[in-house]
Amino acid sequence: MEPISWGAIFTQILIQFTPVWIALIVLFAVSIRYKRRLGLYGKLFDSVIGMIGFALVMFWVFTAIFAGVFDLIGTHDPLAQVSGMKNKVPGTPVRGAEEGEFTHYLLGGDKLARDVFTRMVLGSTVVIAIAPLATVFAFMVGITLGLPAGYYGGRLDTTLSFLANLILAFPVILLFYLLVTPEIVQTGLPQFMAVVLFLFPLVFFGVLIHSRFRTQPSRNMIWLAVVLVPLVLLYMSLINESGSKISFWPLDFFDVPGGILVVFVSVVFVNSPTVFRIVRGLTMDIKTRDYVAAAQTRGERPWYIMLWEILPNARGPLIVDFCLRIGYTTILLGTLGFFGLGLPPESPDWGTTINEGRKLLSVYLHPALPPALALLSLVLGLNLLADGLREESLRD
Amino acid sequence: MGLFILRRVGVMILTALCLTYIVFFLTNLYPNLEKLAKTQGNFRMTDEAVASWLTDRGYMQSMPKKYAEWIGVAPSFRHVDEDGKITGRCILPGQDPAEAPQYCGILQGHWGWSTVFKDKVGDIIGQRLSLTGILMFWVMVVMVPSALIVGVLAGMREGSVLDRSLSTVSITSTATPEYVSGVIFIALLASSKSPLTNWLRENGWIEGKTVFKGSATSAMENPTFENFTLPVITIALYGMGYIARMTRASMAEVMVAQYIRTARLKGVSFYNIVVKHALRNALIAPFTVIMLQFPWLLNGVVIVETLFNYKGFGWTLVQAASNNDIELLLGVSVVSVIVVLVTQLISDIGYVYLNPRISVT
Repeated sequence: MEPISWGAIFTQILIQFTPVWIALIVLFAVSIRYKRRLGLYGKLFDSVIGMIGFALVMFWVFTAIFAGVFDLIGTHDPLAQVSGMKNKVPGTPVRGAEEGEFTHYLLGGDKLARDVFTRMVLGSTVVIAIAPLATVFAFMVGITLGLPAGYYGGRLDTTLSFLANLILAFPVILLFYLLVTPEIVQTGLPQFMAVVLFLFPLVFFGVLIHSRFRTQPSRNMIWLAVVLVPLVLLYMSLINESGSKISFWPLDFFDVPGGILVVFVSVVFVNSPTVFRIVRGLTMDIKTRDYVAAAQTRGERPWYIMLWEILPNARGPLIVDFCLRIGYTTILLGTLGFFGLGLPPESPDWGTTINEGRKLLSVYLHPALPPALALLSLVLGLNLLADGLREESLRD
Repeated sequence: MGLFILRRVGVMILTALCLTYIVFFLTNLYPNLEKLAKTQGNFRMTDEAVASWLTDRGYMQSMPKKYAEWIGVAPSFRHVDEDGKITGRCILPGQDPAEAPQYCGILQGHWGWSTVFKDKVGDIIGQRLSLTGILMFWVMVVMVPSALIVGVLAGMREGSVLDRSLSTVSITSTATPEYVSGVIFIALLASSKSPLTNWLRENGWIEGKTVFKGSATSAMENPTFENFTLPVITIALYGMGYIARMTRASMAEVMVAQYIRTARLKGVSFYNIVVKHALRNALIAPFTVIMLQFPWLLNGVVIVETLFNYKGFGWTLVQAASNNDIELLLGVSVVSVIVVLVTQLISDIGYVYLNPRISVT
């Protein structure tokens, strides 16, 4: 087998991504066709910047889905070490490739002779699985605490703001080192934090439904049961892990694999205070509006006003911040990987692979650059998307 | 104003106490202490041996008591062994226990002993902090002016081609964390295998093997253009985009103000409007943002110092944290928490001073 040229490598990479291209084209065609009926999402397609950002983000989302769920895009096993492929340059043929196996390492081999291209592709699944979900949790925490702080003010606000500032004054990396080291994990501290932090979505949805249907007990009960029972089951199996400090719940459906829970908790913990501050500020602004006064005169309860009057009207800035925050969470995950914290060392996530590749950077460029550029493009896409959304939501 | 500053300082001290207590608590959890005992004593210690090693050194006291001792508001722990020999944190080897001070904590300037560097924590931090100070100085010199220029140029004509392209540049720079831009810079400019470097060398434009150096270790004694450029621009780039965008937003807001329109109608030239009328008002918001960037810069410093092997404050943090060097880690945390809180205070006070519309009373 001959090594292949840069042109051939490039073409072959484009071919490997075929399912992603098809999915992107279908998504864009449908969205542009029906953009007038799709609200804010449809308006996104009026802004070039927003469209570019959305395309970059969806590229990685589709890549994560096709590579992680259907095992499509990658060419090799991300953990397989093929002898003779250590640090080989892009386009090197795989020694002893059997029938039906892919014949080349498209972007070369890393220092453990694994395929760089496959690892970069699979790295997206780690990020796409953790970052948006962690951001959702951070928003739940921030909204549940920020609304009352801004609405009631006074002592509650002072206390919560003080606590938020406390976390914000902590250098993030120091916090990570303190939370994610094996000794601390052994004490069960991150798990106890998970117990508290993951409770917020339950509280949020419970209060959301109850404040709406308070006067109709039968509907209230049905809604609460439909939403809360699965959430409670999910919550219990999330925090419960056999063999750790918290292990008493019989209905444990799944265990979160090694280190992911710790990483998840610390990322949520770091992001929540900022969301809290944003929500608090927005609430303080919106609570002076006439429709809030009208609701108060009508005799609505405070939580109804917060969740059904103030929150929907704060959605514009919150959606924009949500996009930016996923990007920031991606950067944080990369930072954790870069310092070798939390995630297992063989994990294909971008931070870990950048960290591995950088040590040989003066001699071999190819192991570190692909994950670095991948991370850059995803975060850039999210920032552009946020910019496009901001522009379009300001227009009306 | 005096009362405002006093109250802010009070809150700041309370925050500092809470944060240092959290760090103290987390670093003094039993598994950490056990690891400390095993690395300092020996690795095959039994559980009882570990417990007695820790008891003799006062590690088994209650957390608040240990914290008070460490701060220096409680008399420090002393241990009397079977021979009647007294040992304790305050008593240096060979010193007479009667002469040693009763209190020795942060307040007395006794920061402890680093187990990794085998040196006094206070000395290590002072040394490393001055190295990082040099780095931060150059980062500020590069970052602040370029961010302000980009922001003002983009914001003075909102929506123009110049604005669009500069805004894209600043969005890209905020989307590039230090460990990505650093790796890209090293790959392009500091690696002998880089196609860009090879091309420059073939044309005879550079003399050495590479344009810049990928390691800043030599910059600790002698910072030069060659070994210090990459770390500085790597940190500056990430912060720059954010400040530039703030400046742009603030500038764009000022440019549509009534008094700018009046100036324009009076016939003032565009240059004078921007420089004399708009700039001062537009720079209030970026000032606070620049001050609040310090905590983020600290992050960047840790990443860049690790990446470029520049043995400053951030590098020390990583070493202390990954080697379970409890007293050094505590010292590093105290310093970084104080840096963050003081910059927040300066930013608050500066904001009030710069903006006459805000009254503190």
